[in-house]
Amino acid sequence: MSGRGTRTIKVDTLARVEGEGAIYIKMAGDRVSDVKLKIYEPPRMFEAFLRGRHFLEAPDITARICGICPIAYQMSAVHALERALGIKIDPAVRLLRRLFYCGEWIESHALHVYMLHAPDFLGYQDVIEMAKDHQPLVEKALRLKKIGNRIVQVIGGREIHPISAVVGGFHKTPCKSQLQELVSELEWALDFSIETVNWTSTLQFPDFEQDYEFVALRHPDEYPFNEGRLVSNHGLDIDAAEYEDRFDEMHVKHSNALHSIVRGRGSYLVGPLARFNLNFDKLPEVARKAAADARLKPPVKNLFRSIAVRAVELVFSCAEALRIIAEYEPPAAPRVETPNRRGVGQAITEAPRGILYHRYAVDENGLIVTAKIVPPTSQNQRRIEDDLREYAAHLAAWPLEEATWKCEQAVRCYDPCISCATHFLKVILDRQ
Amino acid sequence: MRIIGCGNLHRGDDAAGIIAAERLRALGVEAAVCVGGFAQLMDMWHGADDAIVIDAVVTGAPAGTVHVWDANRPLPFVKSSPSTHGMGIAEAIELSRALKRLPARLRIYGIEGQNFELGTPPVPEVVEAVEEVARRIAGELQTQSEIA
Repeated sequence: MSGRGTRTIKVDTLARVEGEGAIYIKMAGDRVSDVKLKIYEPPRMFEAFLRGRHFLEAPDITARICGICPIAYQMSAVHALERALGIKIDPAVRLLRRLFYCGEWIESHALHVYMLHAPDFLGYQDVIEMAKDHQPLVEKALRLKKIGNRIVQVIGGREIHPISAVVGGFHKTPCKSQLQELVSELEWALDFSIETVNWTSTLQFPDFEQDYEFVALRHPDEYPFNEGRLVSNHGLDIDAAEYEDRFDEMHVKHSNALHSIVRGRGSYLVGPLARFNLNFDKLPEVARKAAADARLKPPVKNLFRSIAVRAVELVFSCAEALRIIAEYEPPAAPRVETPNRRGVGQAITEAPRGILYHRYAVDENGLIVTAKIVPPTSQNQRRIEDDLREYAAHLAAWPLEEATWKCEQAVRCYDPCISCATHFLKVILDRQ
Repeated sequence: MRIIGCGNLHRGDDAAGIIAAERLRALGVEAAVCVGGFAQLMDMWHGADDAIVIDAVVTGAPAGTVHVWDANRPLPFVKSSPSTHGMGIAEAIELSRALKRLPARLRIYGIEGQNFELGTPPVPEVVEAVEEVARRIAGELQTQSEIA
Protein backbone atom coordinates (compact mmCIF):
# COMPACT_ATOMS: atom_id res chain seq x y z
CA MET A 1 0.00 0.00 0.00
CA SER A 2 2.97 2.31 0.20
CA GLY A 3 6.20 3.09 -1.62
CA ARG A 4 6.23 3.49 -5.39
CA GLY A 5 3.21 1.30 -6.12
CA THR A 6 0.05 2.68 -7.61
CA ARG A 7 -3.31 2.75 -5.89
CA THR A 8 -6.77 4.20 -5.80
CA ILE A 9 -8.23 5.64 -2.64
CA LYS A 10 -11.96 5.57 -2.98
CA VAL A 11 -14.63 6.76 -0.57
CA ASP A 12 -18.08 6.40 -2.01
CA THR A 13 -19.84 8.48 0.61
CA LEU A 14 -18.24 11.36 2.38
CA ALA A 15 -20.25 11.82 5.56
CA ARG A 16 -20.86 14.84 7.76
CA VAL A 17 -20.80 17.46 5.07
CA GLU A 18 -23.83 19.24 3.71
CA GLY A 19 -24.86 18.23 0.22
CA GLU A 20 -23.88 15.56 -2.26
CA GLY A 21 -20.70 15.00 -4.27
CA ALA A 22 -17.60 12.84 -4.61
CA ILE A 23 -13.85 13.06 -4.44
CA TYR A 24 -11.52 11.14 -6.69
CA ILE A 25 -7.74 11.06 -6.08
CA LYS A 26 -5.38 9.15 -8.36
CA MET A 27 -1.85 8.45 -7.09
CA ALA A 28 1.37 6.74 -8.21
CA GLY A 29 3.60 6.35 -5.17
CA ASP A 30 3.64 9.73 -3.43
CA ARG A 31 2.80 11.57 -6.65
CA VAL A 32 -0.80 12.66 -7.06
CA SER A 33 -1.75 12.73 -10.71
CA ASP A 34 -5.41 13.67 -10.46
CA VAL A 35 -7.77 15.19 -7.92
CA LYS A 36 -11.39 15.89 -8.60
CA LEU A 37 -14.00 17.29 -6.25
CA LYS A 38 -16.97 15.97 -8.15
CA ILE A 39 -20.20 17.77 -7.50
CA TYR A 40 -22.73 15.87 -9.54
CA GLU A 41 -26.00 17.12 -8.10
CA PRO A 42 -28.03 18.91 -10.74
CA PRO A 43 -27.65 22.68 -10.86
CA ARG A 44 -30.37 24.34 -8.79
CA MET A 45 -31.01 27.26 -11.12
CA PHE A 46 -31.65 29.87 -8.45
CA GLU A 47 -30.15 32.66 -10.52
CA ALA A 48 -32.62 31.82 -13.28
CA PHE A 49 -35.55 31.60 -10.82
CA LEU A 50 -34.81 35.16 -9.75
CA ARG A 51 -35.01 36.67 -13.22
CA GLY A 52 -38.35 38.36 -13.78
CA ARG A 53 -39.24 38.36 -10.07
CA HIS A 54 -39.70 41.56 -8.11
CA PHE A 55 -36.66 42.51 -6.04
CA LEU A 56 -38.69 42.24 -2.82
CA GLU A 57 -38.93 38.49 -3.41
CA ALA A 58 -35.14 37.97 -3.58
CA PRO A 59 -34.44 37.54 0.18
CA ASP A 60 -37.15 34.89 0.52
CA ILE A 61 -36.19 33.04 -2.66
CA THR A 62 -32.45 33.01 -1.94
CA ALA A 63 -33.01 31.97 1.72
CA ARG A 64 -34.28 28.69 0.29
CA ILE A 65 -30.83 27.89 -1.10
CA CYS A 66 -29.70 26.68 2.32
CA GLY A 67 -31.34 25.51 5.57
CA ILE A 68 -28.14 26.14 7.56
CA CYS A 69 -27.12 29.55 6.28
CA PRO A 70 -30.32 31.21 4.98
CA ILE A 71 -29.43 34.47 6.72
CA ALA A 72 -26.25 34.81 4.70
CA TYR A 73 -28.33 34.57 1.53
CA GLN A 74 -30.86 37.04 2.83
CA MET A 75 -28.17 39.48 3.93
CA SER A 76 -26.18 39.39 0.68
CA ALA A 77 -29.45 39.81 -1.23
CA VAL A 78 -30.76 42.77 0.76
CA HIS A 79 -27.43 44.59 0.78
CA ALA A 80 -26.87 44.13 -2.97
CA LEU A 81 -30.41 45.30 -3.74
CA GLU A 82 -30.21 48.26 -1.37
CA ARG A 83 -27.07 49.29 -3.23
CA ALA A 84 -28.83 48.87 -6.57
CA LEU A 85 -31.72 51.04 -5.35
CA GLY A 86 -29.62 53.61 -3.47
CA ILE A 87 -31.30 52.86 -0.13
CA LYS A 88 -29.83 53.73 3.25
CA ILE A 89 -31.01 51.67 6.21
CA ASP A 90 -31.60 52.74 9.82
CA PRO A 91 -28.52 52.18 12.05
CA ALA A 92 -30.70 50.12 14.42
CA VAL A 93 -31.59 47.84 11.51
CA ARG A 94 -27.90 47.49 10.70
CA LEU A 95 -27.26 46.45 14.31
CA LEU A 96 -30.14 43.99 14.22
CA ARG A 97 -28.76 42.43 11.03
CA ARG A 98 -25.44 41.86 12.81
CA LEU A 99 -27.32 40.15 15.66
CA PHE A 100 -29.21 38.04 13.09
CA TYR A 101 -25.85 36.94 11.65
CA CYS A 102 -24.56 36.12 15.20
CA GLY A 103 -27.46 33.68 15.50
CA GLU A 104 -26.59 31.98 12.23
CA TRP A 105 -22.86 31.70 13.07
CA ILE A 106 -23.67 30.24 16.51
CA GLU A 107 -26.03 27.57 15.18
CA SER A 108 -23.86 26.72 12.18
CA HIS A 109 -20.50 26.68 14.01
CA ALA A 110 -21.95 24.72 16.99
CA LEU A 111 -23.31 22.16 14.53
CA HIS A 112 -20.00 21.85 12.71
CA VAL A 113 -17.61 21.96 15.68
CA TYR A 114 -19.44 19.35 17.76
CA MET A 115 -21.75 17.33 15.52
CA LEU A 116 -19.71 17.10 12.34
CA HIS A 117 -16.05 17.82 13.08
CA ALA A 118 -15.37 16.71 16.70
CA PRO A 119 -15.95 12.99 15.94
CA ASP A 120 -12.91 13.13 13.59
CA PHE A 121 -10.61 14.25 16.40
CA LEU A 122 -12.08 11.99 19.09
CA GLY A 123 -12.12 8.88 16.88
CA TYR A 124 -15.83 8.31 16.44
CA GLN A 125 -17.81 7.49 13.35
CA ASP A 126 -20.38 10.15 14.14
CA VAL A 127 -21.87 12.29 16.89
CA ILE A 128 -24.26 9.50 17.91
CA GLU A 129 -21.30 7.24 18.79
CA MET A 130 -19.52 10.20 20.38
CA ALA A 131 -22.56 11.04 22.53
CA LYS A 132 -22.42 7.63 24.24
CA ASP A 133 -19.03 8.56 25.78
CA HIS A 134 -19.34 12.36 25.88
CA GLN A 135 -22.95 12.92 26.92
CA PRO A 136 -22.47 16.24 28.80
CA LEU A 137 -20.41 17.72 25.95
CA VAL A 138 -23.01 16.85 23.29
CA GLU A 139 -25.83 18.13 25.49
CA LYS A 140 -24.03 21.43 25.92
CA ALA A 141 -23.40 21.57 22.16
CA LEU A 142 -27.12 21.14 21.50
CA ARG A 143 -27.87 23.90 24.01
CA LEU A 144 -25.37 26.18 22.27
CA LYS A 145 -26.88 25.48 18.86
CA LYS A 146 -30.32 26.15 20.27
CA ILE A 147 -29.43 29.68 21.40
CA GLY A 148 -28.30 30.44 17.83
CA ASN A 149 -31.58 29.10 16.50
CA ARG A 150 -33.44 31.16 19.10
CA ILE A 151 -31.83 34.41 17.95
CA VAL A 152 -32.76 33.58 14.35
CA GLN A 153 -36.33 32.80 15.41
CA VAL A 154 -36.76 36.03 17.41
CA ILE A 155 -35.46 38.25 14.60
CA GLY A 156 -36.42 36.20 11.56
CA GLY A 157 -39.80 34.81 12.62
CA ARG A 158 -38.72 31.16 12.46
CA GLU A 159 -35.55 29.04 12.81
CA ILE A 160 -35.24 27.69 9.30
CA HIS A 161 -35.80 29.85 6.24
CA PRO A 162 -36.65 32.95 8.31
CA ILE A 163 -39.13 35.34 6.79
CA SER A 164 -38.61 38.75 8.33
CA ALA A 165 -35.64 40.17 6.39
CA VAL A 166 -36.62 42.50 3.60
CA VAL A 167 -34.94 45.04 1.34
CA GLY A 168 -34.88 48.23 3.42
CA GLY A 169 -34.97 46.54 6.83
CA PHE A 170 -37.24 43.94 8.40
CA HIS A 171 -40.98 43.28 8.09
CA LYS A 172 -41.07 43.39 11.89
CA THR A 173 -38.42 44.20 14.46
CA PRO A 174 -38.26 42.82 18.00
CA CYS A 175 -38.81 44.96 21.08
CA LYS A 176 -36.07 45.33 23.68
CA SER A 177 -37.62 42.84 26.07
CA GLN A 178 -37.66 40.10 23.43
CA LEU A 179 -33.93 40.48 23.02
CA GLN A 180 -33.33 40.81 26.77
CA GLU A 181 -34.87 37.35 27.20
CA LEU A 182 -31.90 35.95 25.26
CA VAL A 183 -29.26 37.39 27.58
CA SER A 184 -28.96 34.71 30.27
CA GLU A 185 -28.66 31.90 27.73
CA LEU A 186 -26.14 33.95 25.73
CA GLU A 187 -24.05 34.52 28.85
CA TRP A 188 -23.99 30.75 29.34
CA ALA A 189 -23.18 30.32 25.63
CA LEU A 190 -20.26 32.75 25.88
CA ASP A 191 -18.76 30.78 28.80
CA PHE A 192 -19.27 27.47 27.00
CA SER A 193 -17.74 28.89 23.81
CA ILE A 194 -14.62 29.87 25.77
CA GLU A 195 -14.57 26.30 27.17
CA THR A 196 -14.88 25.08 23.60
CA VAL A 197 -11.80 27.02 22.50
CA ASN A 198 -9.88 25.53 25.45
CA TRP A 199 -11.14 22.06 24.58
CA THR A 200 -10.01 22.39 20.95
CA SER A 201 -6.49 23.18 22.20
CA THR A 202 -6.33 19.62 23.62
CA LEU A 203 -6.92 18.03 20.21
CA GLN A 204 -4.17 16.54 18.04
CA PHE A 205 -3.76 18.23 14.65
CA PRO A 206 -1.92 16.76 11.66
CA ASP A 207 1.21 18.67 10.70
CA PHE A 208 -0.13 20.18 7.48
CA GLU A 209 0.38 23.86 6.66
CA GLN A 210 -0.22 25.45 3.28
CA ASP A 211 0.52 28.85 1.82
CA TYR A 212 -3.06 29.98 1.32
CA GLU A 213 -4.38 33.15 -0.20
CA PHE A 214 -6.89 34.03 2.51
CA VAL A 215 -9.81 36.14 1.29
CA ALA A 216 -12.30 37.81 3.64
CA LEU A 217 -14.13 41.03 4.29
CA ARG A 218 -12.38 43.64 6.39
CA HIS A 219 -14.14 46.52 8.12
CA PRO A 220 -12.34 49.39 9.85
CA ASP A 221 -14.18 48.97 13.14
CA GLU A 222 -15.54 45.48 13.47
CA TYR A 223 -15.10 41.75 12.82
CA PRO A 224 -16.89 41.35 9.50
CA PHE A 225 -20.45 40.23 8.87
CA ASN A 226 -22.28 42.46 6.42
CA GLU A 227 -19.86 45.12 5.32
CA GLY A 228 -16.27 45.83 4.46
CA ARG A 229 -13.75 45.72 1.67
CA LEU A 230 -12.68 42.39 0.27
CA VAL A 231 -9.04 41.84 1.19
CA SER A 232 -6.44 39.09 1.05
CA ASN A 233 -2.95 38.41 2.40
CA HIS A 234 -1.70 38.67 -1.20
CA GLY A 235 -2.60 42.32 -1.61
CA LEU A 236 -6.23 42.21 -2.73
CA ASP A 237 -8.21 45.21 -1.47
CA ILE A 238 -11.42 45.86 -3.40
CA ASP A 239 -15.03 46.94 -3.14
CA ALA A 240 -17.72 44.30 -3.76
CA ALA A 241 -18.47 46.07 -7.06
CA GLU A 242 -15.00 45.05 -8.33
CA TYR A 243 -15.39 41.35 -7.42
CA GLU A 244 -16.09 40.14 -10.94
CA ASP A 245 -13.10 42.10 -12.27
CA ARG A 246 -10.73 40.25 -9.93
CA PHE A 247 -12.22 36.76 -9.68
CA ASP A 248 -13.01 34.32 -12.46
CA GLU A 249 -15.63 31.62 -12.38
CA MET A 250 -15.20 28.62 -14.66
CA HIS A 251 -17.00 25.42 -15.44
CA VAL A 252 -15.08 22.17 -15.01
CA LYS A 253 -16.45 18.94 -16.41
CA HIS A 254 -16.53 17.08 -13.09
CA SER A 255 -18.54 19.63 -11.10
CA ASN A 256 -21.94 21.18 -11.40
CA ALA A 257 -20.71 24.06 -9.24
CA LEU A 258 -18.51 26.65 -10.88
CA HIS A 259 -14.89 26.90 -9.73
CA SER A 260 -13.56 30.31 -8.67
CA ILE A 261 -10.01 31.60 -8.83
CA VAL A 262 -8.34 34.92 -8.15
CA ARG A 263 -7.66 36.18 -11.65
CA GLY A 264 -4.03 35.54 -12.61
CA ARG A 265 -3.26 33.65 -9.38
CA GLY A 266 -5.46 30.63 -8.69
CA SER A 267 -7.21 29.07 -5.74
CA TYR A 268 -7.95 30.92 -2.54
CA LEU A 269 -9.50 30.14 0.83
CA VAL A 270 -12.57 31.73 2.36
CA GLY A 271 -14.16 31.09 5.75
CA PRO A 272 -13.15 31.12 9.42
CA LEU A 273 -9.36 30.78 8.86
CA ALA A 274 -9.37 33.64 6.37
CA ARG A 275 -11.50 35.88 8.57
CA PHE A 276 -9.42 35.12 11.69
CA ASN A 277 -6.09 35.69 9.95
CA LEU A 278 -7.17 38.93 8.28
CA ASN A 279 -9.24 40.37 11.13
CA PHE A 280 -7.67 39.12 14.36
CA ASP A 281 -7.25 42.71 15.57
CA LYS A 282 -10.99 43.30 15.22
CA LEU A 283 -12.00 40.45 17.55
CA PRO A 284 -13.22 41.56 20.97
CA GLU A 285 -10.77 41.12 23.83
CA VAL A 286 -12.60 38.08 25.17
CA ALA A 287 -12.14 36.24 21.86
CA ARG A 288 -8.49 37.30 21.46
CA LYS A 289 -7.78 36.10 25.00
CA ALA A 290 -9.51 32.76 24.38
CA ALA A 291 -7.39 32.33 21.23
CA ALA A 292 -4.19 33.27 23.06
CA ASP A 293 -4.97 30.85 25.91
CA ALA A 294 -5.38 28.12 23.29
CA ARG A 295 -2.02 29.15 21.67
CA LEU A 296 -3.84 30.19 18.54
CA LYS A 297 -2.42 33.21 16.76
CA PRO A 298 -2.57 34.44 13.20
CA PRO A 299 -1.62 33.37 10.65
CA VAL A 300 -3.12 29.95 11.22
CA LYS A 301 -2.12 27.98 8.09
CA ASN A 302 -3.15 24.52 9.27
CA LEU A 303 -6.57 23.74 7.86
CA PHE A 304 -7.25 21.21 10.63
CA ARG A 305 -7.08 23.99 13.22
CA SER A 306 -10.20 25.49 11.68
CA ILE A 307 -12.19 23.73 14.44
CA ALA A 308 -10.38 25.94 16.99
CA VAL A 309 -10.89 29.06 14.89
CA ARG A 310 -14.61 28.30 14.58
CA ALA A 311 -14.67 28.04 18.38
CA VAL A 312 -13.07 31.50 18.62
CA GLU A 313 -15.75 32.78 16.27
CA LEU A 314 -18.35 31.26 18.60
CA VAL A 315 -16.86 33.37 21.41
CA PHE A 316 -16.99 36.42 19.16
CA SER A 317 -20.58 35.75 18.09
CA CYS A 318 -21.84 35.34 21.66
CA ALA A 319 -19.94 38.44 22.88
CA GLU A 320 -21.14 40.49 19.90
CA ALA A 321 -24.74 39.35 20.41
CA LEU A 322 -24.61 40.43 24.05
CA ARG A 323 -23.08 43.79 23.08
CA ILE A 324 -25.77 44.44 20.48
CA ILE A 325 -28.62 43.46 22.81
CA ALA A 326 -27.26 45.85 25.46
CA GLU A 327 -27.17 48.72 22.94
CA TYR A 328 -30.34 47.94 21.02
CA GLU A 329 -33.10 50.50 20.65
CA PRO A 330 -35.81 49.51 18.15
CA PRO A 331 -35.73 51.55 14.92
CA ALA A 332 -38.39 54.24 14.37
CA ALA A 333 -39.74 52.07 11.56
CA PRO A 334 -38.85 48.46 10.78
CA ARG A 335 -38.04 49.33 7.18
CA VAL A 336 -37.53 52.28 4.88
CA GLU A 337 -39.51 52.75 1.68
CA THR A 338 -38.04 50.97 -1.34
CA PRO A 339 -39.54 52.43 -4.52
CA ASN A 340 -38.91 50.72 -7.83
CA ARG A 341 -35.85 52.02 -9.59
CA ARG A 342 -33.45 50.82 -12.25
CA GLY A 343 -30.02 49.89 -10.90
CA VAL A 344 -27.24 47.40 -10.40
CA GLY A 345 -25.87 46.44 -6.99
CA GLN A 346 -23.32 44.02 -5.58
CA ALA A 347 -22.72 42.88 -2.01
CA ILE A 348 -20.53 40.45 -0.14
CA THR A 349 -21.32 39.20 3.34
CA GLU A 350 -19.60 36.60 5.53
CA ALA A 351 -21.60 33.36 5.61
CA PRO A 352 -20.35 30.91 8.28
CA ARG A 353 -18.34 29.15 5.53
CA GLY A 354 -16.97 32.31 3.95
CA ILE A 355 -17.80 35.13 1.61
CA LEU A 356 -21.06 35.07 -0.31
CA TYR A 357 -21.29 37.37 -3.34
CA HIS A 358 -24.56 38.55 -4.88
CA ARG A 359 -25.15 40.90 -7.82
CA TYR A 360 -28.54 42.03 -9.12
CA ALA A 361 -29.64 44.22 -12.00
CA VAL A 362 -33.16 45.60 -11.54
CA ASP A 363 -35.35 47.37 -14.12
CA GLU A 364 -37.61 50.44 -13.65
CA ASN A 365 -40.50 48.19 -12.52
CA GLY A 366 -38.40 46.61 -9.81
CA LEU A 367 -38.07 43.32 -11.70
CA ILE A 368 -34.78 41.45 -11.51
CA VAL A 369 -33.12 41.37 -14.93
CA THR A 370 -30.00 39.41 -13.97
CA ALA A 371 -28.79 37.78 -10.77
CA LYS A 372 -25.41 36.29 -9.92
CA ILE A 373 -24.68 34.30 -6.73
CA VAL A 374 -21.23 32.95 -5.80
CA PRO A 375 -21.45 30.81 -2.63
CA PRO A 376 -18.46 30.17 -0.32
CA THR A 377 -18.19 26.42 -0.99
CA SER A 378 -18.08 27.10 -4.70
CA GLN A 379 -15.18 29.49 -4.07
CA ASN A 380 -13.34 26.94 -1.90
CA GLN A 381 -13.70 24.07 -4.40
CA ARG A 382 -10.43 24.65 -6.20
CA ARG A 383 -8.64 25.15 -2.88
CA ILE A 384 -10.09 21.85 -1.55
CA GLU A 385 -8.63 20.07 -4.61
CA ASP A 386 -5.25 21.78 -4.08
CA ASP A 387 -5.24 20.73 -0.40
CA LEU A 388 -6.13 17.14 -1.26
CA ARG A 389 -3.33 17.04 -3.84
CA GLU A 390 -0.80 18.00 -1.15
CA TYR A 391 -2.37 16.06 1.70
CA ALA A 392 -2.80 12.79 -0.24
CA ALA A 393 0.94 12.95 -1.09
CA HIS A 394 1.69 13.30 2.67
CA LEU A 395 -0.37 10.17 3.25
CA ALA A 396 1.34 8.04 0.57
CA ALA A 397 2.81 5.65 3.16
CA TRP A 398 -0.45 5.25 5.06
CA PRO A 399 -2.69 2.20 4.63
CA LEU A 400 -5.39 2.87 2.07
CA GLU A 401 -8.31 2.83 4.48
CA GLU A 402 -6.69 5.28 6.89
CA ALA A 403 -5.52 7.58 4.08
CA THR A 404 -9.04 7.66 2.68
CA TRP A 405 -10.46 8.53 6.11
CA LYS A 406 -7.87 11.30 6.51
CA CYS A 407 -8.81 12.78 3.13
CA GLU A 408 -12.47 12.85 4.17
CA GLN A 409 -11.44 14.66 7.33
CA ALA A 410 -9.52 17.23 5.33
CA VAL A 411 -12.62 18.04 3.30
CA ARG A 412 -14.74 18.33 6.44
CA CYS A 413 -12.39 21.06 7.72
CA TYR A 414 -14.03 23.28 5.13
CA ASP A 415 -17.51 22.58 6.48
CA PRO A 416 -18.55 22.45 2.84
CA CYS A 417 -22.14 23.23 2.02
CA ILE A 418 -22.43 21.55 -1.33
CA SER A 419 -26.16 22.17 -1.43
CA CYS A 420 -25.32 25.84 -1.62
CA ALA A 421 -22.65 25.34 -4.25
CA THR A 422 -25.21 23.21 -5.91
CA HIS A 423 -25.58 20.10 -3.69
CA PHE A 424 -22.91 15.71 -1.57
CA LEU A 425 -19.71 14.02 -1.59
CA LYS A 426 -18.22 10.66 -2.43
CA VAL A 427 -14.40 10.21 -2.13
CA ILE A 428 -12.39 7.99 -4.46
CA LEU A 429 -8.62 7.88 -3.88
CA ASP A 430 -7.03 6.08 -6.84
CA ARG A 431 -3.46 4.99 -6.03
CA GLN A 432 -1.78 3.40 -9.02
CA MET B 1 -49.05 12.11 25.31
CA ARG B 2 -47.01 14.43 23.10
CA ILE B 3 -47.91 14.35 19.41
CA ILE B 4 -45.62 15.91 16.80
CA GLY B 5 -46.31 16.21 13.08
CA CYS B 6 -43.23 16.69 10.87
CA GLY B 7 -42.77 17.66 7.28
CA ASN B 8 -43.00 20.39 4.69
CA LEU B 9 -46.36 21.74 3.59
CA HIS B 10 -45.00 22.71 0.20
CA ARG B 11 -43.54 19.36 -0.90
CA GLY B 12 -46.44 17.11 -1.91
CA ASP B 13 -46.80 14.07 0.35
CA ASP B 14 -44.16 15.43 2.77
CA ALA B 15 -47.02 17.53 4.15
CA ALA B 16 -48.61 14.38 5.68
CA GLY B 17 -47.29 14.90 9.24
CA ILE B 18 -48.24 18.59 9.30
CA ILE B 19 -51.75 17.97 7.97
CA ALA B 20 -52.22 15.11 10.45
CA ALA B 21 -51.32 17.48 13.32
CA GLU B 22 -53.80 20.05 12.01
CA ARG B 23 -56.48 17.38 11.66
CA LEU B 24 -55.83 16.17 15.22
CA ARG B 25 -56.29 19.71 16.51
CA ALA B 26 -59.59 19.90 14.65
CA LEU B 27 -60.58 16.71 16.51
CA GLY B 28 -59.72 18.42 19.80
CA VAL B 29 -56.34 16.74 20.32
CA GLU B 30 -53.25 18.78 21.17
CA ALA B 31 -50.61 18.26 18.49
CA ALA B 32 -47.44 20.21 17.68
CA VAL B 33 -45.73 20.78 14.36
CA CYS B 34 -41.99 20.44 13.73
CA VAL B 35 -40.62 22.16 10.67
CA GLY B 36 -37.12 22.63 12.08
CA GLY B 37 -34.17 20.27 12.16
CA PHE B 38 -33.29 17.16 14.18
CA ALA B 39 -32.36 19.23 17.25
CA GLN B 40 -35.79 20.84 17.40
CA LEU B 41 -37.45 17.44 17.13
CA MET B 42 -35.28 16.12 19.99
CA ASP B 43 -36.31 19.11 22.11
CA MET B 44 -39.96 18.58 21.32
CA TRP B 45 -40.11 15.01 22.64
CA HIS B 46 -37.61 15.56 25.48
CA GLY B 47 -39.31 15.12 28.86
CA ALA B 48 -42.35 13.29 27.50
CA ASP B 49 -43.16 9.80 28.78
CA ASP B 50 -45.20 8.93 25.75
CA ALA B 51 -44.83 10.54 22.32
CA ILE B 52 -45.96 10.02 18.76
CA VAL B 53 -44.23 11.43 15.69
CA ILE B 54 -46.11 11.49 12.40
CA ASP B 55 -44.12 11.90 9.20
CA ALA B 56 -44.07 10.90 5.56
CA VAL B 57 -41.82 7.95 4.75
CA VAL B 58 -40.58 6.08 1.71
CA THR B 59 -40.20 2.31 2.07
CA GLY B 60 -41.42 1.18 -1.33
CA ALA B 61 -44.91 0.29 -0.04
CA PRO B 62 -48.00 1.62 -1.89
CA ALA B 63 -48.79 5.32 -1.33
CA GLY B 64 -50.90 5.87 1.76
CA THR B 65 -49.70 2.74 3.60
CA VAL B 66 -49.53 3.48 7.34
CA HIS B 67 -46.53 2.08 9.23
CA VAL B 68 -46.17 2.19 13.03
CA TRP B 69 -42.75 1.69 14.59
CA ASP B 70 -41.73 1.59 18.26
CA ALA B 71 -38.51 3.58 18.76
CA ASN B 72 -37.53 1.30 21.63
CA ARG B 73 -37.35 -1.67 19.32
CA PRO B 74 -34.86 -2.12 16.48
CA LEU B 75 -35.92 0.34 13.79
CA PRO B 76 -36.03 -0.52 10.12
CA PHE B 77 -34.71 2.97 9.24
CA VAL B 78 -31.52 3.41 7.34
CA LYS B 79 -29.51 6.57 7.94
CA SER B 80 -31.47 9.28 6.20
CA SER B 81 -28.47 10.52 4.22
CA PRO B 82 -24.90 11.40 4.99
CA SER B 83 -25.57 15.10 4.72
CA THR B 84 -26.23 17.55 7.52
CA HIS B 85 -29.71 18.29 6.32
CA GLY B 86 -30.16 14.52 6.25
CA MET B 87 -29.97 14.29 10.04
CA GLY B 88 -33.58 13.27 10.32
CA ILE B 89 -35.82 11.25 12.59
CA ALA B 90 -33.55 8.17 12.63
CA GLU B 91 -30.58 10.27 13.79
CA ALA B 92 -32.73 12.26 16.24
CA ILE B 93 -33.92 8.98 17.82
CA GLU B 94 -30.43 7.50 18.05
CA LEU B 95 -28.88 10.71 19.41
CA SER B 96 -31.70 10.99 21.98
CA ARG B 97 -31.14 7.36 22.94
CA ALA B 98 -27.39 7.99 23.39
CA LEU B 99 -28.18 11.04 25.52
CA LYS B 100 -30.84 9.14 27.49
CA ARG B 101 -33.47 11.64 26.38
CA LEU B 102 -35.75 9.25 24.53
CA PRO B 103 -39.31 9.11 25.86
CA ALA B 104 -40.17 5.82 27.61
CA ARG B 105 -42.55 5.22 24.74
CA LEU B 106 -42.06 6.78 21.31
CA ARG B 107 -43.98 5.64 18.28
CA ILE B 108 -43.44 6.74 14.72
CA TYR B 109 -46.46 6.83 12.45
CA GLY B 110 -45.00 6.71 8.96
CA ILE B 111 -47.30 7.55 6.07
CA GLU B 112 -45.99 6.23 2.79
CA GLY B 113 -45.55 9.02 0.26
CA GLN B 114 -44.83 8.90 -3.44
CA ASN B 115 -44.80 12.50 -4.62
CA PHE B 116 -42.44 15.06 -3.07
CA GLU B 117 -42.47 17.70 -5.81
CA LEU B 118 -42.36 21.33 -4.72
CA GLY B 119 -45.67 23.13 -4.80
CA THR B 120 -47.84 20.06 -5.29
CA PRO B 121 -50.64 18.77 -3.02
CA PRO B 122 -50.48 15.35 -1.33
CA VAL B 123 -51.87 12.47 -3.43
CA PRO B 124 -55.41 11.26 -2.49
CA GLU B 125 -54.08 8.01 -0.92
CA VAL B 126 -51.95 10.08 1.47
CA VAL B 127 -54.83 12.41 2.31
CA GLU B 128 -56.94 9.34 3.21
CA ALA B 129 -54.09 7.90 5.28
CA VAL B 130 -53.71 11.19 7.17
CA GLU B 131 -57.39 11.02 8.13
CA GLU B 132 -57.01 7.39 9.22
CA VAL B 133 -53.94 8.17 11.38
CA ALA B 134 -55.60 11.24 12.97
CA ARG B 135 -58.73 9.24 13.83
CA ARG B 136 -56.71 6.28 15.12
CA ILE B 137 -54.65 8.49 17.47
CA ALA B 138 -57.68 10.50 18.60
CA GLY B 139 -59.52 7.22 19.23
CA GLU B 140 -56.64 5.88 21.30
CA LEU B 141 -56.58 9.04 23.42
CA GLN B 142 -60.36 8.87 23.88
CA THR B 143 -60.10 5.27 25.06
CA GLN B 144 -57.26 6.18 27.43
CA SER B 145 -59.27 9.03 28.98
CA GLU B 146 -62.32 6.80 29.40
CA ILE B 147 -60.21 4.19 31.18
CA ALA B 148 -58.68 6.89 33.39
